[in-house]
Amino acid sequence: MTHGAAALIAPLLGGVLIGIAVAMLLLLDGHVAGISGIVAGLAGFRPGDVDWRLLFLAGLLGGGVVARVVSPTSFDGWTVSSLPLLALAGTLVGLGTRIAGGCTSGHGVCGVSRLSPRSIAATMTFMGVAAATVFCVRHGSTP
Amino acid sequence: MKRGLAALLSGIVFSLGLCLSGMTHPSKVLGFLDFFGQWDPSLAFVMAGAVSVSAVAFRLSRRRAAPLFDDRFHLTRVDGKVDRRVFLGSAVFGVGWGLSGLCPGPAVTSLVTGRPAALVFVGAMIAGMLLVDVFERTAHGAVAEAGSDCS
Repeated sequence: MTHGAAALIAPLLGGVLIGIAVAMLLLLDGHVAGISGIVAGLAGFRPGDVDWRLLFLAGLLGGGVVARVVSPTSFDGWTVSSLPLLALAGTLVGLGTRIAGGCTSGHGVCGVSRLSPRSIAATMTFMGVAAATVFCVRHGSTP
Repeated sequence: MKRGLAALLSGIVFSLGLCLSGMTHPSKVLGFLDFFGQWDPSLAFVMAGAVSVSAVAFRLSRRRAAPLFDDRFHLTRVDGKVDRRVFLGSAVFGVGWGLSGLCPGPAVTSLVTGRPAALVFVGAMIAGMLLVDVFERTAHGAVAEAGSDCS
């Protein structure tokens, strides 16, 4: 375990890499790196807009493979392991991000960095509700 | 060709960023969301790093008529409506995120582990997305039919 300032360097550098990825997709291809939108666009089979989405997701998986080889602990900490609970959570994430038109990347990173009021509202809402959910799960009294 | 390569590279850099930052550890994400317990603030630095670089990129994009490899930017309006939809959807997303510690990017990236947990989560997420699309198409279809008398 790392402590103090050192523990903050990896998150900060990771965030900078995410920002660089956003910059590349935006300034080279003209697209917003919003993961829920990219996945949903593929899932909905919208013709003619498939290639860049597929390639971006292929890159996402490719990077995951690299990360796993370089640092095998990259995907540790799956403490929530109940499959029914994960299915419920996944469904809510899919429904919610589609209704709101974005997730942590599309609204939280891209929208917030454009100072879009809609994205700022979305980010404050999902952060607040997620924190409230964790509070209820961890600290709520069980009847 | 160049456009595809840019998308592929962007995806790679994006997931390396997610993995380095700790976003692919759901327990760490839940620790960050646990404001009233043993709060782990480190993931706030992910947001800070990502938003500061991305803000520069969006600023640069405003000075250009088009991206390097395409003839126009494919952006949604920056002054999109702050409506019920964005609050409702984000609240539903927040419950799912808080229950699992997973948002779409880390979830998709975690598919490389081949874990049933990751497959179930992403499968359910796509089903949820499709449900909204199907519902909206049906609703819009009904609106279009009702409105066709006027055309």
